[in-house]
Amino acid sequence: MAKNVLPSAAAQKTEPEKARGARGFLSNLAGILLRRREASIIVVAIILVVYFQASNQNFLTQNNIRTLSQFAAATAIIAAGEVMLLICGEIDLSAGMVFAFAPFIMFFSYQAGLPIWVAIIFGLLASAVVGLFNGLVTVLLKVPSFITTLGTLFLLTGLTLTISQGFPVLAPNVGAFNQVFGNSPYSEIIWAIAIVIVMQVVLSFTKWGLHTVATGSNLLGASETGVNVNRVKIGNFMLCSVFGGFAGILEGFRITSIDPLAGGTNIMFFAVAGAVIGGTSLMGGLGTIVGAFLGVLVLSILQDGFTLLGVSAFTFYIILGAAILIAMILNVRLQLLREAGRQ
Amino acid sequence: MIESQTPDVIQAEHIVKSFGAVKALRDINMHLRKGEVLGLVGDNGAGKSTLIKILTGFVQPDDGKIFVNGQEVKLRSVTHARSLGIETVYQDLALVNELTVYHNMFLKREILLRPTPLLNNRAMREQAREHLQKIGINIQSVDTEVSKLSGGQRQAIAIARAVYSDARILLLDEPLAAMGAKEGSLILDLIRKLKAAGEVSMIMIAHNYAQVLEICDRVNLLQHGTITFDKKRTETSLEELSEMVMREYRIGATGS
Repeated sequence: MAKNVLPSAAAQKTEPEKARGARGFLSNLAGILLRRREASIIVVAIILVVYFQASNQNFLTQNNIRTLSQFAAATAIIAAGEVMLLICGEIDLSAGMVFAFAPFIMFFSYQAGLPIWVAIIFGLLASAVVGLFNGLVTVLLKVPSFITTLGTLFLLTGLTLTISQGFPVLAPNVGAFNQVFGNSPYSEIIWAIAIVIVMQVVLSFTKWGLHTVATGSNLLGASETGVNVNRVKIGNFMLCSVFGGFAGILEGFRITSIDPLAGGTNIMFFAVAGAVIGGTSLMGGLGTIVGAFLGVLVLSILQDGFTLLGVSAFTFYIILGAAILIAMILNVRLQLLREAGRQ
Repeated sequence: MIESQTPDVIQAEHIVKSFGAVKALRDINMHLRKGEVLGLVGDNGAGKSTLIKILTGFVQPDDGKIFVNGQEVKLRSVTHARSLGIETVYQDLALVNELTVYHNMFLKREILLRPTPLLNNRAMREQAREHLQKIGINIQSVDTEVSKLSGGQRQAIAIARAVYSDARILLLDEPLAAMGAKEGSLILDLIRKLKAAGEVSMIMIAHNYAQVLEICDRVNLLQHGTITFDKKRTETSLEELSEMVMREYRIGATGS
């Protein structure tokens, strides 16, 4: 069989794409759904929105959209960090605890007389130190990150409870600053979207992103090529922690109160679930930030919609759990179909 | 033909390396002449891969000296070795399945859209395409994910990546392993072309002695962490090589 030379192969590739575009929308929708996992999540999100709006007129009101965006924002920010870690083959269970810890560091720094922006930077630096610790223990001492961050999870809970003595405090009130950092209705979701865009660019169009994929996909191979896999992992641990801390700080300003019991495992698992639903592989090497954002959005729509429908808090988790499982099973099946289609 | 006056590009003296209680390399003395293809043969566990990993800076030796182009060097890292013109194609190929051919080719030497930190995908794509064409590797498209390529294509991409950007010394860890005859001969052709171009010197680990004798100028046999045999291709034969390896087994067998 004659081998294709490169230019003709490239030409062959573009022609069917053009033809497909001409043939119209519906005929290739299935193809897109099979190729891009993000597209299937958008479809799920739209179906859910339509369903909830049909069941309850209050779903698409400004008030509810704001609630929904606020619920999704903090989780989406954490998810952006988790995706980077999951892609390089690790996980951070402690991100939800950094969420509670960082605002207190900010609060105490502010109380000590530092300007608020310095206090925020201190909060983020403290988060980065947690990430650095997670990374060093995982990479240098070879403790699986699941265990490392499980330890940090409890350690940080205790630390936050100790420094706060278990009581919530009022978030610093510095006017316009509060508005920008979470207090104005849509500020949190704007931050979340900005972070998602920046991180998607980092993942797809920078060296760091390429090395993150390489580290997760072929750890030995990446290091043989000269990629500093330890640095990549530690960096992403720090990134994930900083996003956890930042989300916590935004949330503190939004609800004007800093709670030692905020965040926790719930928000972290929502972030990881969102990432996984959005197409991130727990095996590493595969995933997108945008997908995770959409995954978080779907989870938020589910939770918010169920609340509006008045589904009891007890049954809510049953339905949510089932929804996650069904979404995942569908995703795995779609993935298999996709792979079969490629061969 | 490589003459004995040709300068050495690599020279290793008394290299020792242990992993815990295991002495992988006991006392390695070897050299590679300019433009030469040196075949490195030996049993599994004889230390071939360890030696390659030391020469490429991925593993540091416990003792011994390495000279590159006559200069003594301590190879600190893969990047350091690469800066001296040493490139390696590992047995596992070190390719990232989830990335495209051109991203793999430029992994760790990405072209950026200066002054931004963004990747210059267009430039990398173009250069990868040109380079592959130049050394005669045919693949459908450089945009293909590496996971979609055949074993031979993957091997070819890995070699192409190694010789890209002026590699002077190429270390090939079993480039013909797990490959059909047709794909194997493609790789042999590629090595032959590189040899004919005369710019790279190569060390090639292989199991198939016939292939080694077909393509290598000189053969080194590694046994139990030392080099026990060093002859030019013209001075040895398939029989002698097989005999050397078999003798080891016979001694083992009569000893028990």
